[in-house]
Formats: sequence, structure tokens, C-alpha cells
Amino acid sequence: MIANLFHLLKRDLGLLLLGGRRGGAVLPVLFFLAVAMLFPFAIGPDPVLLTRIGGGVIWVAALLAAILPIDRLIEPDLEQGMFDQWALRSLAEEWIILIRITAHWLSFGPPLMLAALPAAALLGIDGPTLRLVELGLLAGTPGLAALGVTVAALTAGLRGGAALGGLLVVPLAVPLLVFGAGSLATGGQSGLALTAAVSLALLALSPFAAGAAIRAARA
Amino acid sequence: MQACRLALSDLSCRRGDRVLFRGLNCALSSGDALHVAGSNGIGKSSLIRIAAGLLPAYAGTVFSQGTIALLDERPALDPHQPLDQALAFWAALDGVDHASRDRIATQLGLLELRDVPFRYLSTGQRKRAALARLLGQRAEIWLLDEPLNGLDTAAVKMVEGLIAAHCQAGGIALVASHQPIALPGSRRIDLAGYQA
Repeated sequence: MIANLFHLLKRDLGLLLLGGRRGGAVLPVLFFLAVAMLFPFAIGPDPVLLTRIGGGVIWVAALLAAILPIDRLIEPDLEQGMFDQWALRSLAEEWIILIRITAHWLSFGPPLMLAALPAAALLGIDGPTLRLVELGLLAGTPGLAALGVTVAALTAGLRGGAALGGLLVVPLAVPLLVFGAGSLATGGQSGLALTAAVSLALLALSPFAAGAAIRAARA
Repeated sequence: MQACRLALSDLSCRRGDRVLFRGLNCALSSGDALHVAGSNGIGKSSLIRIAAGLLPAYAGTVFSQGTIALLDERPALDPHQPLDQALAFWAALDGVDHASRDRIATQLGLLELRDVPFRYLSTGQRKRAALARLLGQRAEIWLLDEPLNGLDTAAVKMVEGLIAAHCQAGGIALVASHQPIALPGSRRIDLAGYQA
């Protein structure tokens, strides 16, 4: 059982990480940087204003970047019959989803946290705020990953599932955004704690929701 | 191979608002093979999926004893990976060692295709690759949905040989196919006789 989960994680990482055939981690990171770069152009080079909105911009960019790979998270495996074969080998969908969330997070969470450094430079974010942004991303991105995989499972097989998936993630990610970006305004630990709490709740619920969605798609 | 059993009793299948077949009974034990025939859309694939436990039966029960392997039109192999790597994933899950993998690849004539990305393979080659996955699983009950699709005459003979060897070793094969297929025991049911 544990060995099988390890093989699954290895395959998922191979498909989702750098050089993987399902887009890899490069595209979301570049997208994230592009969004962060657009703001100074659109708003103008007012350092006071940019510093004030910078943290929020990074959060919005991270949310948008997390939406990018949604159509490749579940759909191809469902289409190729992988989930049927796993079911016949008594691998529970919940475990498979948990592994998929882990791999998805590894492929976009840490890269986004790294990319937040140049983005912070572009937006003129100072040291203490950057620390809060990074901690917030660390607390919030697992929840975003869980949400992404769940929505991917719910929309797999639907016509226009990718666009619908993106639209579904946005309202569901609002709590993460409110607490994550909110921690910047208050500068306190409470915002980070609430972000982590929302993340944990999403992580705990999503394997069951996504597993049920996959079983429903089969019938 | 351990003793295995597959029993379908009073099975009905509904897709949408249509009942495809009803009152289907069959019992297979170690060494048995059954050919499920019938025209397109009559419910052969649904029957296979119900037997696999992937689709709920509308009525009736499925009893199975033994591990189940499924071969259908979806090969479950990563299209972008070289064949060897795509099969290696399932070999790792099923605990197949290197010697067995080489033996299976030789048996199915896949040795020269090892480094070819799966999506470049032809229909027949894909089917043979999926058969390699099936053989590696070493399951007792084989559920085969149109295993002959896209295969040339030599490969058809080979598949018939594989099924015969599987039953000889004490396995069960339930084969849905619209084409004639030679199975040990020559048992055959036509789903047309069970139409609602």
C-alpha cells in the first residue's frame, strides 16, 4: 500500500514538475511573474501606492497561477482509464487524490514562493512585508492546491471543463485570499493562522469530495 | 493460481432510460472462458464494467472471488512516455520483476518498441501494450472488452493463445467481442437473447 502510494507520487511528480508533459511548473510561475509585472505598468511608478497594494497583487497573481494547470490535473487520467485500473487494484480514490494534491503543491507552491522574491522587487515590497507574504503563501498554497485538484475532479469530463474549473476556483478561494492578503494589512499572526486553518480544512475535505466526484464520473 | 469464481445472477443493466439487458445469469469457475457476443450498443462493455465492479448493476448481483484485471479500449498508459516507462509504472504497482517484464515484452513482440513514445504506436501495437499491462497484473479473472480490435491475424491467434494459457493455469476469462474468437470450451452467450 505505502509502496504503491510512493510509485503514484513518483509518477505524479514526473508529470507535473519541471519538464513534465502536463505543462510543468514553469508556465504558472511565468504567468505569476507576468501578472506581477503588469501592475506597475498599469498603475504607474508610484512607489508608495505600489508598496501598499504589492502584497495583495502577489496574492491575486498566485491565485490566477494556481488556476492554470487545472484541466491537466485529473482529466487525462480519467480519460485514459487510469482511475479504473487503480480501482481494480484496490487503491482508494481518496489516497490517489491526496498524492495528486501533494504533487500539485510541490509543482507550484515552492516555485511561486521563489518567484515572489523577484515579484516583490518589481512591486517595491519591503522586507517585513515580504516575510509575511512568503509565510502567507506557505500557509495558503496547500489549500489552493487542494481546491485546484477538487475542482479538476468535479469538472473532469465536462465540456468546457477547464474554463468552468477556473470560474469555480475563484469564489472558493476567496477565504484564502481574504485571510492571506488580510494578514498583510493587520501585520499580525492571526491572519496567517486563519489562512493556515482554511488551508487545512480544504486539505482535509478535498480528498473525499474529489474521490466522490471521480466515482460519480465513472457511473 | 488460486481457485477463483465469477457469478452473475439475474443481472440487468440500465443506461440512461433504456434497459440494455435483463435476467442475465452465468457462473464461471477456474479454467472457464465465456464469449459475450452481440451487436454494437447492446451492452457488452457495460456488462464487463459491471462485472469489474466499476458500474452499478440496475438489478441482480455480481459475485467474484479472485483478483480482477480489465482490458478495454483505454490502455491506461501515459501517451507521452516511452512504452517501457509507461509499462514500468504498472510493473512497479503490480510487483513485476525485470525478468518477467522482458519475457512478457518478448511474448507480445514489444521489444523493438520500448523506446517509442506510446502515442506514436499504432492501434494494434497499443492493444498489445495494454495486454502487457494485463499479463503483468497476474490477476485470476480477466475481463476483456473487445480484445481483438485493431489486431492483425497473427496477433489474434496470439491473444487466443494467451487466453487459453490463462484458463489452463486456472484463470477465468470473460470476453466481450463482436468478432468470432476461439476460446477454450467455446462457451458463448449472445446478449440479443437478454434484451428487455
